[in-house]
Amino acid sequence: MTFVAKPRTHHPLLQVNDLGLTRRDYEGSVSTLCAGCGHDSVSAAVVQACAELALPPHKFAKVSGIGCSSKTPSYFLGNSHGFNSVHGRMPSVATGANLANRELYCIGVSGDGDSASIGIGQFAHIVRRRINMLYLVDNNGTYGLTKGQFSATNDRGSTSKKGVPNLYEPIDMISMALQIGASFVARSFSGDKRQLVPLIKAGLLHEGFAFIDVISPCVAFNNHNGSTKSYDYIRAHSGSVVDADLIAPHDEITVDYDPGASEDVDMPDGSTLRLRKLAHDYNPHDRVAALHYVQRAQEEGEFVTGLLYVDPTASDCHEILGTTQTPLNALGEDELCPGNAALEGVNASFR
Amino acid sequence: MTTYNDFVIRFANVNGSGSASANGMFAKALFRMGIPVATRNIFPSNIEGLPTWFEVRVSERGYLGRREGIDIMVAMNAETFEEDIASIVPGGYLVYDNSKELRPNFRRDDINLVGIPISQLVLPEFPNPKHRALFKNIVYLGALSALLNIDFDIIKGMVSAQFKGKDELIAPNIHAMELGRSYAREYLECPLPIQVRHSDAVGDRIMIDGNAAAAIGAIYGGATVCAWYPITPSTSLAEAFEQHCARLRVDPETGERRYAIIQAEDELAAMGIVIGAGWNGARSFTATSGPGVSLMTEFLGLAYFAEIPAVLWDIQRAGPSTGMPTRTQQGDLVSSAFASHGDTRHPLMFPSTPRECFEFGADALDLADRLQTPIIVMSDLELGMNDNLSEPFTWDDSRRYDRGKVLTEEDLDDVERFSRYLDVDGDGVGYRTLPGTHAEKGAFFTRGTSRDEHATYTEQPEHYIKNMDRLLLKWATARQLVPKAEIEAHGRRAGILYYGTTAAPMQEALDRLAEDGVQLDTMRIRGFPFGNEVREFIDSHEILFLAEQNRDAQMKSLLVNDLELDPASIIPVLYYGGFSISADTIHQQVLDYYVGNNLPRLDEVWEVSS
Ligand SMILES: Cc1ncc(C[n+]2csc(CCOP(=O)(O)OP(=O)(O)O)c2C)c(N)n1
Ligand code: SF4
Ligand SMILES: [Mg+2]
Repeated sequence: MTFVAKPRTHHPLLQVNDLGLTRRDYEGSVSTLCAGCGHDSVSAAVVQACAELALPPHKFAKVSGIGCSSKTPSYFLGNSHGFNSVHGRMPSVATGANLANRELYCIGVSGDGDSASIGIGQFAHIVRRRINMLYLVDNNGTYGLTKGQFSATNDRGSTSKKGVPNLYEPIDMISMALQIGASFVARSFSGDKRQLVPLIKAGLLHEGFAFIDVISPCVAFNNHNGSTKSYDYIRAHSGSVVDADLIAPHDEITVDYDPGASEDVDMPDGSTLRLRKLAHDYNPHDRVAALHYVQRAQEEGEFVTGLLYVDPTASDCHEILGTTQTPLNALGEDELCPGNAALEGVNASFR
Repeated sequence: MTTYNDFVIRFANVNGSGSASANGMFAKALFRMGIPVATRNIFPSNIEGLPTWFEVRVSERGYLGRREGIDIMVAMNAETFEEDIASIVPGGYLVYDNSKELRPNFRRDDINLVGIPISQLVLPEFPNPKHRALFKNIVYLGALSALLNIDFDIIKGMVSAQFKGKDELIAPNIHAMELGRSYAREYLECPLPIQVRHSDAVGDRIMIDGNAAAAIGAIYGGATVCAWYPITPSTSLAEAFEQHCARLRVDPETGERRYAIIQAEDELAAMGIVIGAGWNGARSFTATSGPGVSLMTEFLGLAYFAEIPAVLWDIQRAGPSTGMPTRTQQGDLVSSAFASHGDTRHPLMFPSTPRECFEFGADALDLADRLQTPIIVMSDLELGMNDNLSEPFTWDDSRRYDRGKVLTEEDLDDVERFSRYLDVDGDGVGYRTLPGTHAEKGAFFTRGTSRDEHATYTEQPEHYIKNMDRLLLKWATARQLVPKAEIEAHGRRAGILYYGTTAAPMQEALDRLAEDGVQLDTMRIRGFPFGNEVREFIDSHEILFLAEQNRDAQMKSLLVNDLELDPASIIPVLYYGGFSISADTIHQQVLDYYVGNNLPRLDEVWEVSS
């Protein structure tokens, strides 16, 4: 793996924003993910969203767990600090980071393995705590980095009507987030820039916990029995020529469809995923209705995309805790240390 | 013969019966009379209905560690009556409710019976049965005030203070106390030959538990983020932090809080929050016990390798597993020192007194920032949860927090290339930057994966090795910075090493050993890795004992490993039964070694051996 600087090609989209910066100023290092990986599309959408909002590119705290998805914070916002922590525990690190400095924009990136399996407890509790951050799950329905084991979220192959049934019940993180109090809940598809970029922008500006479940296909592994492109299938059917390291190059999977419409997406494993974009007249302020809507659609084999729920008035963790406006990490001795005189009172209370 | 201010009294109660406050008042009253006391709460992992004991060591000479043998037993629990009576020393006293006659099989000829018809006394006075149970405790408190000659005004004052705000409770409590007191004065020999009298031995000391002291220290040291998950015996540390922050850390004008406390979903999350906050420049800490440390290990390894400051208070209890969750032990040294996979090590601090808990509460935060690594403070249930006499706390107002090597925006302006893991100063500690500091410089990607000096990911062996070796250099720096051992050396042949709460009974054990002709130099270890003074002490003594409270001599393992010692050069003195180690245990094991090995003693008092 090498880190060669990206070639600076001229691009019509490199417009200058209000800070005098171009999209290039919001990029990170060169991605080492597989060509065509949905996660790269999500990173690109983050770059575009931050550039368009003209947010200062060094005022972010980027946190992640472990997985291909969790590597992505190094591929955007290279002028901000990032923290690739441990598997499934990004929410706690994000909580600490946000408590320490409430002024930074906090972006957490996780995977479906990271957040729905090993980290499901931490996921649930950061939702409850309402940390002011944007929480992205790059949901590919598999464990990419460990080469294609089943994950606990909806597997695309298993949700299509003609697919082989999943052995276990899937976990829907959207429904979980809605149920435990997230004040911004959305779903999108990595290759749908037209929808994803505005959602990321809205999520960043939302003052509270914003969750986006981004369906983000893994072009290398989709390890379920029905798939002719599954890891097991390739291993079993290609003899010694193809081993685990052979990843066929793949084009980025993109979609572009209108509100209210549905779109069938061909997934790398040969299955079809049906997305349903929320119509313009959908009311995103009714949490219970949103939950019902998502689950009904799922019954019918559709993944609803769009902003499912938002409560712009919800409080965040700092408001709940009543912490000072000054970032806690900026307080010094004068604000923090009560001094020797106060200690006399403390001593007296223990006599 | 009358003895003053020198006894051990134990109260045997049922938990949930409201005895804790009466027993606490008893200890506090003696403390306010100026008499040194140490309290020990021996309680079950249960909320109601199981046996609990409260022990008070009263010692004019200031021996406040545990001593075997109970002089006065206040036996209020029928279920444990038999064992309670058995634990009284010959010539000691049994205070009991003689409303019913004592069963003959409970009788002992060699102790004194002090019967008080407690149930009968409260029955006509307090119609409500629930109150009756509570007031029984107050009745024996009143009787003890007469039997032991406790200053009655002091106890009365305490009752009034205790029920301040619930004033309607003051009169009935004082009435209950007077019931017991007048009964004792009328029908019993008062005061007993074992009694108390005013003293000035307490001086200006305070009485506080180690957990509260640590919490106050953390406030003074500038901790702003505390994340924790409830577990005995550490819970009261986080709770004390909350309680004292509410008084000491609220903006007087806006009411805004200069702290954030999260009761996390588990210890993994608690440590993750601490590390996230530390990464982002806030001083943060957590408190837990052995099982929590086990859960935190992956994160501790991350913080070691990614070099993030964090403070962890381990209030140790008896393991392994759930072990004896409400009993004390020094059993987590090895699991804490090397918590996590790979070549990982963490500096440890060993407080012995509440005063030291207060100091380490602040010092650990400085050390974590200075070394950019987790610091684990090894307290235990004995120190953390019991009220102990302590020197009062003081703070040097000119002290500035040592935030370690953190580059500001101006610093970065002058830096050509920021390299997070470059050893600029030769002490193994690089310079770090906080998120959001500078628009163009200083940002880097923190990870648990290997990287080069510029924080760029690499798996090149030479980069990995260089980094691991630099961490060893940092370890050598830590050796200089952790608290120095406290040494009493008089050029003797033999010495004893100890740490943490093993210090409490040490003076008494040493005095008794001296009477038997065994004189020892002493070293109280306060930090790991060990400084030069530790090696020097070890090198200059022919016979070395090491007293600690675990089965496997864990501190010995650390010493043998860290200083490359011959394991046979240290003789373990061990106790791991769940109570704190007693003076008797230390005295006996050291003496046995002398006798067993025919070692010469000063006065050759061989007949003492037992
Ligand atoms: C404690 C621990 N267990 C297991 C692993 C191995 N591991 C690394 S990534 C991963 C799964 C990642 O899946 P996901 O979060 O969905 O990310 P993706 O690679 O699919 O984007 C696992 C199991 C680990 N790093 N740490
Ligand atoms: S394995 Fe899958 S998830 Fe990982 S980088 Fe490749 S395509 Fe993306
Ligand atoms: Mg995945």
